[in-house]
Amino acid sequence: MSSDYLVEIKDLYFTYDRRPILKGINLSIRRGEVVAIMGGSGSGKTTLLRLIGGQLKPTSGTVKVDGLVVNDMSHRELYDLRRRMGMLFQFGALYTDLSVYDNVAFPLREHTTLTESMIRDLVLLKLNAVGLRGAHKLMPADLSGGMARRVALARAIALDPMLIMYDEPFTGLDPISLGVTGNLLRRLNDALGATSIMVTHDVQESLQIVDHIYFISEGQIVAQGTPDEIRNTDIPFVHQFVHGEIDGPVPFHYPAEPLARDLMLGGAA
Amino acid sequence: MNGIAGALRYLGNYVTTNVVRLGYASRLFVLTLLYSGESFRRFRLVLRELYSIGVLSLIIIMVSGLFVGFVLGLQGYNTLERYGSEQALGILVALSLVRELGPVVTALLYAGRAGTAITAEIGLMKATEQLSAMEMMAVEPMARVVAPRFWAGVISMPLLAALFSTMGVFGGYIVGVVLIGVDEGAFWSQMQASVDFHEDIMNGVIKSVVFAVAVTAIALVEGYDSKPTAEGVSRATTRTVVTSSLMVLFLDFILTSLMFTS
Repeated sequence: MSSDYLVEIKDLYFTYDRRPILKGINLSIRRGEVVAIMGGSGSGKTTLLRLIGGQLKPTSGTVKVDGLVVNDMSHRELYDLRRRMGMLFQFGALYTDLSVYDNVAFPLREHTTLTESMIRDLVLLKLNAVGLRGAHKLMPADLSGGMARRVALARAIALDPMLIMYDEPFTGLDPISLGVTGNLLRRLNDALGATSIMVTHDVQESLQIVDHIYFISEGQIVAQGTPDEIRNTDIPFVHQFVHGEIDGPVPFHYPAEPLARDLMLGGAA
Repeated sequence: MNGIAGALRYLGNYVTTNVVRLGYASRLFVLTLLYSGESFRRFRLVLRELYSIGVLSLIIIMVSGLFVGFVLGLQGYNTLERYGSEQALGILVALSLVRELGPVVTALLYAGRAGTAITAEIGLMKATEQLSAMEMMAVEPMARVVAPRFWAGVISMPLLAALFSTMGVFGGYIVGVVLIGVDEGAFWSQMQASVDFHEDIMNGVIKSVVFAVAVTAIALVEGYDSKPTAEGVSRATTRTVVTSSLMVLFLDFILTSLMFTS
């Protein structure tokens, strides 16, 4: 059963502070695919990533990764599973007190008994893959946003994970860095034989590199499909999202009283 | 009626919030102790923190100790001289320092210098998702980040307090003996005769260890529990200083009444 799909999510509900965030998510991600989860800010897409990584526990439903139920695991089992996952955080989350080299070496030093010379080879290879071998002596404070994210990517793939998760990998990048990152993400996934899930709201970049897209709105999946299907869809929400229209199913105005009443026009007491 | 209900609700909310925080803090404290094993197996982690918590606090502790000693020398001499017992200046300076001022002032300075640094550092690690990143790499932040800082604090504070007292005695000597002219032999011999190793020095060390546990734990909890925003971290840093200073003074009263009353 678990052969074809790496991640399987069934009837997933998540409530935070009595506020429902996710309301019945079902999705399955095939091995080897690059999948994008899209939605507006606050639609629960980052929450979904944290549920897959076991950092949050669902209110109900199950999250399976590689056939194992993440939400039923002991601390020990969860940590064993996470060694096979890599996660790229929104702004990289590099350890600010460690150099680029030591950041990438961190997971290797924590989880393997490799000698320093082997670690050095691996770190330089991983950095080479993201084009930053020459920057290994720099500190995170010396890096631009795009470089920091590439270092974080090198760190996330240090242990050759089977699943790589990206939280908003494109936010705040200039167009060149954006193209570089998108490309890299796809190439690394294919070279490592991994599976990638990225949470993003960058439609145009994602459409070029992913195999499958899910749209989340108000805690539910409202649309899904291949990039071509999404481009040609007539579902109003997706159409508004893909084309960046100001008004549509997602209204421009925050819910309010009619304007006339707020301005006390028309004889309101 | 509305006012009373509102006040009651506020009070209830205040109490439950703080009980929850206390529970969180206790849980974090126990976890710190449980995850301490790795800190000692990989002592390099603690050494790093010993440098940033202990060594970097040296200057402020030593200079403060010296000046507190100067003041003790001056004030002590002025008072003792009235009764013709300025020879007891050595006792006064040494006892004030090892019993009270050494541990207490060191703890207060430590809260301001190292405690705030710990809170800010951990708060920033949380705000920039470094702690989450560590968890996702299957590295336990309690073992890698929190426990080494805790032990570095517990190890360095008694040493800093001892240094503070030493500098203070030296400061009292400079003012009392070198500048004012109290008899040097009397200054040292009276001090040696009256300061008891167990009664005075060890009790001072015990105080210092208790303060170290309290201040470091407060700083760690505030950092770990801070809201992951710039504002949240700055608030947590302020709370560290306020809470740990009050805690030090409170604990000092309790410990003093247990140790020095018979």
